Amino acid sequence: MLGAPAHCRYPPRGGGPVISGPYLSVINAILYILLAPAAGGLIAGIDRKVTARMQGRVGPPVLQPFYDVGKLFEKEDVVVTTTQNFYVLSYLVFMVVAGALFFSGGDMLLVIFAFTLSHIFLVLGAYSSFSPYSHVGAERELIQIIAYEPMIIFTAVGMYMVTKSFFVSSIVSSGIPIILYLPGVFIGYLMVLTIKLRKSPFDLSTSHHAHQEIVKGVTTDFSGPNLGKIEIAHWFEYVFLIGVVYLFFGWNPLLAIAAIIIAYFLEILIDNTIARVKWELTLRSAWLVAGTLGIVNLGVLYYLKAVVP
Amino acid sequence: MTYLKKSPWVIHYDASSCNGCDIEVLAALTPLYDVERFGIVNTGNPKHADVFLVTGSVNEQNKEILRNTYEQIPEPKVVVAIGICATSGGVFRECYNVSGGIDKIIPVDVYVPGCAARPESIIDGVVAALGILEDKRRAMIEKPGGQINKAGDAV
Repeated sequence: MLGAPAHCRYPPRGGGPVISGPYLSVINAILYILLAPAAGGLIAGIDRKVTARMQGRVGPPVLQPFYDVGKLFEKEDVVVTTTQNFYVLSYLVFMVVAGALFFSGGDMLLVIFAFTLSHIFLVLGAYSSFSPYSHVGAERELIQIIAYEPMIIFTAVGMYMVTKSFFVSSIVSSGIPIILYLPGVFIGYLMVLTIKLRKSPFDLSTSHHAHQEIVKGVTTDFSGPNLGKIEIAHWFEYVFLIGVVYLFFGWNPLLAIAAIIIAYFLEILIDNTIARVKWELTLRSAWLVAGTLGIVNLGVLYYLKAVVP
Repeated sequence: MTYLKKSPWVIHYDASSCNGCDIEVLAALTPLYDVERFGIVNTGNPKHADVFLVTGSVNEQNKEILRNTYEQIPEPKVVVAIGICATSGGVFRECYNVSGGIDKIIPVDVYVPGCAARPESIIDGVVAALGILEDKRRAMIEKPGGQINKAGDAV
């Protein structure tokens, strides 16, 4: 940093004296693509273990999600309709793009766009088969997207109002304790996290516990390697979602990690204590939280910025 | 390194059982036996399953459903007949509507007799089935295209 020449118009962003700017973002993106599946799979494994302990069981090994996906790639590749392959691959690719953009410090709005697009591909994949269960799952997945989308946008807008930037790199290096400005948005985001992690009470579109109702929802007609790709996309998604929690506490990494652990533990606790609700309640409660906590938080922030100098 | 034995997902079908064996199958998933320790998950979807657990003596009404469910499970797969009814038809084997054992309809790999079969013996049967599952996978690799339908065939 000492060597920054006087004529340099832009202050150097992040990194050491050698690696900085665009190189650092590329390295971050590559690290995300390489490490996120491992981290996401471990999170899923710990999740299953903690869930089992909450139910008084021993539970599977922590590495069980990796065994499951390894098994899925060993199975026969049964494809109901070949367009499925394209949609599942697009789901995985756009999930990776969204996460890589996020971790390379890209534009939050673009990240949200790619994130939503990837889920639209999952819905299209489920609609491309002929199973009524798959269609019910696809409809519910769409409802979930409608339910969580406003709150995700409010999260990005709130961070913009606090840090004056939509870029993740600027938000994380701003040094502002964002959580103090956006407590309502954070609670709203935690609710969205419950929907996104497919936890009860909002595991409408696909669930291990709703056989009699929807068989397996969106993933009913995916099997073998295609189902494995969906699982890997989930791992990428977990890491991205946790990265957003990190942003709220970006000024203090230790606090951020503590917040992530507590938030995830709360999600598991909610999953194990609350029964699945109907789609009406999911949509209503998600919009109610986004409309009250989200909008009020942003309104107060706007008022304070406009009136208090 | 093979993952098949570490992650067997089961599907359970009641082919006119009295519910005795079905209760015992589900008992294996409770905290007392907790088969998820071995990665066993009860899926309700044949397309996600590796192990097919069938209870009851098959009858004229559900033999087509049994065959259909079996055919939807991707290779490699194993079938475990649970209870004396699924094994041989049991006391119902001479009824006019009963096929008498599920091996009359689909190939069976492991028989777990009993009325009702105990959860311990069901788990034992599934563990025996995992060995057969692994053999089938090896056979699949050695003879590629033999049993496997290529992608898109089912359209």
